[in-house]
Amino acid sequence: MEIKREDILHLANLSNFSLSEKEAGALEKDLGGIIKYISQLDELDTEDVEPTYQVFEMENVWREDEILEQDASREELLKLSKEVIDNQIKVPKVL
Amino acid sequence: MKIANSKVTAERLVRDALEKAKHFDDYHIFTFIDEEGAIKKAKEIDAKIARGEKVGRLAGVPYALKDNFLSPRGETTASAHILEGFTSPITATAVEKLEAEGAIMIGRTNLDAFAHGSSTENSYYGPTLNAFDKKRVAGGSSGGSAVAVALDIVEFATGTDTGGSIRQPASFNGVYGLKPTYGCISRYGVVAMASSTDCIGFFTKSSDDMELLMSVASGQDPKDLTTLADYYNDSENKKAKKVGIIKDFDNDSVDKEIREALKKKCELLKSKGYEIVELEMPALKYALAAYYIIVPAEVASNLSRYDGVRYGFRSEKSGDLDKLYANTRDEGFMSENKRRIMIGNFVLSSGFYDAYFLKAAKARTLIVKEYEKAFKKVDYLLTPVSPNPAFLLGEKVNDPIAMYLEDMMSVSLNLAGIPGLAIPAGMNKNGLPLGLQLVGPRRSDKSLIEFSKELI
Repeated sequence: MEIKREDILHLANLSNFSLSEKEAGALEKDLGGIIKYISQLDELDTEDVEPTYQVFEMENVWREDEILEQDASREELLKLSKEVIDNQIKVPKVL
Repeated sequence: MKIANSKVTAERLVRDALEKAKHFDDYHIFTFIDEEGAIKKAKEIDAKIARGEKVGRLAGVPYALKDNFLSPRGETTASAHILEGFTSPITATAVEKLEAEGAIMIGRTNLDAFAHGSSTENSYYGPTLNAFDKKRVAGGSSGGSAVAVALDIVEFATGTDTGGSIRQPASFNGVYGLKPTYGCISRYGVVAMASSTDCIGFFTKSSDDMELLMSVASGQDPKDLTTLADYYNDSENKKAKKVGIIKDFDNDSVDKEIREALKKKCELLKSKGYEIVELEMPALKYALAAYYIIVPAEVASNLSRYDGVRYGFRSEKSGDLDKLYANTRDEGFMSENKRRIMIGNFVLSSGFYDAYFLKAAKARTLIVKEYEKAFKKVDYLLTPVSPNPAFLLGEKVNDPIAMYLEDMMSVSLNLAGIPGLAIPAGMNKNGLPLGLQLVGPRRSDKSLIEFSKELI
């Protein structure tokens, strides 16, 4: 399929990127090429083939339903953010 | 590898490594070096040895850690701007296991940001240079780790391999690189790229070192439920008789000298009594296309967590919360990160899911079956790692498809979850290393490493 500028802007929106004009242009060219390349799967016959999403030997792993000791404390995790007030991470206004 | 004892101190080993790291500073191998911390740890081990206490199997062995493994020592950046300033409060299981045996991390190594790339040129901190030719790439994404071992700075280095990120740089720098069976080593505490294909592995200078590291690092981890017990040790040490080569890779798309190196190793195996079987594996032709659908889809999901709120870099550009997310992600990701995230969101979006993502998941089944079929006929496969030896810096960086084609012979192993060991296979006429990969069925890691000694 043909990738147009509006497709790039839609994908940038889904991906949460504020792209510059220049970058959107470069991505239009690159993504067009990549999508053309991956579209070669069209020629592969996959009729009656089940999909594979995982390659490990899937088994249920059971454990007691109890809270385990955590590797990092709340304080350590909060310390990683830029601004904290009353144990909450501060962000710019939402509306 | 050299291990500390009563004659050779850990401090000596660590100081030597640190000195070499400084000497090769212009190769841009490290994103962080912890001289003080490494020497302190070495002294602790030496004190134990002096007291006659038991020390681990890797006592005082200096190693380099790919900078996408979490550890409180230094920032974990994944060579990405968006993780700048992030110091992890937790430690990756693999790191814990290595250090419990006495291994000492001297520094963190450069990679393509978030391990997206095949040359280490996508690093926010600039490219790592090839150990044999400074005008050429180190390979990637684990380029820094490969060069750190190739230049003999450290005894071993950690890597991650989602589609070839250990094997290709290993082959570009003439060292051993193992991508184990999926689930062999816990992924807990390693920056996630594509969860269904990500594998932790190592760079070493010998098969014996690889064997030792695998016996230390593999095993079940309650923090990573895709690890299973005895993945590594379960592999029966069977006697191999037949080695397969893949006809589909014997054409002009693969460098002539690499194909010749493969033939030479086949002759060597024949002289040792092994049978070489030529196989056709037509489904592998579609592995790269399937990979560049499945992996970006998982990348788009895994990288959605980076938003500038909880940790790492945050854009200075003010605005509302939506703008904070969008500006942080725009400034914080490299172009290749953006390409993969956007391709991922494309193949997952409504209207395209069936045609791309579902189609690729079905192609993956055919690839898994193709390998199962092959391993009914042969014990192992011997193939090139990449279509060419190390290429020039800048040669492919603006051509994503050319860069992706680097992985054409490595990605299918990740889709199938099977192990591959990159081994050195001589030099080309320009003095660049050539590499080959030994491929085995699931859980054959131990015998695969053992078998690689037959190829020396």
